[in-house]
Amino acid sequence: MSELIRLSAADLADKIHKREVSSVEVTQAHLDRIAEVDGAVHAFLHVNTEGALAAAAKVDERIAVGEVASPLAGVPLALKDVLTTVDEPTTVGSKILENWLPPYDATVTARLRAAGVVILGKTNMDEFAMGSSTENSAYGPTRNPWDLERIPGGSGGGSSASLAAFEAPLAIGTDTGGSIRQPGAVTGTVGVKPTYGTVSRYGLVAFSSSLDQAGPCTRTVLDAALLHEVIAGYDPMDSTSINAPVRPVVEAARQGATGDLKGVRVGVVKEFRGEGYQQGVIDSFDAAVRQLRELGAEVVEVSCPHFKYALGAYYLIAPSEASSNLARFDAMRYGLRVGDGEGLSAEQVMSLTREAGFGPEVKRRIILGTYALSAGYYDAYYGSAQKVRTLISRDFAAAFEQVDVLVAPTTPTTAFKIGERIDDPLAMYLNDLCTIPANMAGNGAMSVPCGLAADTGLPVGLQVMAPALADERMYRVAAAYEVARDAAQGGPLINRVPELEAIPR
Amino acid sequence: MPSISRDEVAHLARLARLAVTDDELDLFAGQLDTILNAVAQVGEVSQQDVPPTSHAVPLTNVFREDVVRPCLTQQQALSGAPAAEEGRFRVPRILGEEQ
Repeated sequence: MSELIRLSAADLADKIHKREVSSVEVTQAHLDRIAEVDGAVHAFLHVNTEGALAAAAKVDERIAVGEVASPLAGVPLALKDVLTTVDEPTTVGSKILENWLPPYDATVTARLRAAGVVILGKTNMDEFAMGSSTENSAYGPTRNPWDLERIPGGSGGGSSASLAAFEAPLAIGTDTGGSIRQPGAVTGTVGVKPTYGTVSRYGLVAFSSSLDQAGPCTRTVLDAALLHEVIAGYDPMDSTSINAPVRPVVEAARQGATGDLKGVRVGVVKEFRGEGYQQGVIDSFDAAVRQLRELGAEVVEVSCPHFKYALGAYYLIAPSEASSNLARFDAMRYGLRVGDGEGLSAEQVMSLTREAGFGPEVKRRIILGTYALSAGYYDAYYGSAQKVRTLISRDFAAAFEQVDVLVAPTTPTTAFKIGERIDDPLAMYLNDLCTIPANMAGNGAMSVPCGLAADTGLPVGLQVMAPALADERMYRVAAAYEVARDAAQGGPLINRVPELEAIPR
Repeated sequence: MPSISRDEVAHLARLARLAVTDDELDLFAGQLDTILNAVAQVGEVSQQDVPPTSHAVPLTNVFREDVVRPCLTQQQALSGAPAAEEGRFRVPRILGEEQ
């Protein structure tokens, strides 16, 4: 195995920019790794070997004449298959978009290309980003490199697994209820949901438009910050894009890495423990809080009494928006069409196509959303859920008057076995218990690995939440914690991923 | 306590243009009932006098300059179509036989 694949994105960029190694060599090393182990992991739905090598060669040419497009120029990345790409299919993990080649690049894709980031391929995900395990992908589940019998989280399990399997040093995820942070937590990687509206949704196939947010997935906090600054920024093509400068997250990560949190006030959300929380998760989380205190942070307990309603409100709002968004899959303009040429009407073709093209979880949520939005139920369900959203925002606002950041476990449990929860949608939804509040209020939140749970030996995530448009605060705290964690645990957690057996793709 | 019947699920599936099977109706009716019971707790706040939030970042009247910008060509727009004819999307008949 090439040692290049073990390096951080920041270190790879440094070597590429100093011309100690070429982007082509780095890209090839990762393509080789994918070819070697992705048969076991199944992080990728599509690998763009030729396109990636051509993009890398172009970056090398530019660097040879002294032009470095960005701090991450030449570094390879795995892109979640929910963002459109003109040179690779975009399936969203669904049969309804099998082999669909989009006619335009998402803004995130375009920004990556402009920054000289090399896109290796598209990563597996729960269909339409609905799920917490990738088991809802129409193309088969991704496996967790820590234990191939277990889920890598979801919906962005392909992106998180690609990082933990050293198939890519950078990845992009999207987070509607935790789909970046929960996969990060269960694979021992870093996942960031930036403030809603700071990364463009143009070209992000919509699930729940008022919640969907793309963000960086990496193995270190600094890498996440570097990627954050590449993809964030105002975009007139997204009507919910915030027209404000990108927050100085790289500077904050570097400041945090000095290991000093004096004067930083950290609030522990007291509602996020108790019944349903695995003891090993709570113990790892408590140890992380002790380390924050040792770094100089002032730690207090904070109550957010309405967070308990977040899960219920989410599973009304997200399906409602999904039922509306997914109406566009009508078998007319793109995607699958079933029953054409049999004398059937457009409506019949539409119904047969959607029946054949959507998987069970997508259908469940479309039906649930149709119900919640229907006359007679709207006030009781959707209307109440929107009130909950206000109450959660107020809880956050009150908390951030007392503290600079909030912390909680990212997930109530470590990675579960593939198949264990697939027949029980509600048990699956409980994965998102701690991550959903930040989606409802729109503020930034991230997961940073905080060790292995003593009871399962699997990774646990520390979630850090910041006020809206103050994402740099969570980067500072996470970076400081990362340094302390590595010192206390004898090196980065990610180095303890077991060696993967070679199973070619 | 909410309860959703098999017939109601069938009706919703029709509204959502999903030609679900009998087996799916049996499965979904039970599962949706369980999910609705769990999410119904949001009703505890329904009497509270709080404004609804539809969007995390309140933005209104997002305008752009009225200038011509590049857009998809006809060929690009049709590139993913399940069926195209004479530069247009070809669709099944819209009306049923009895309409």
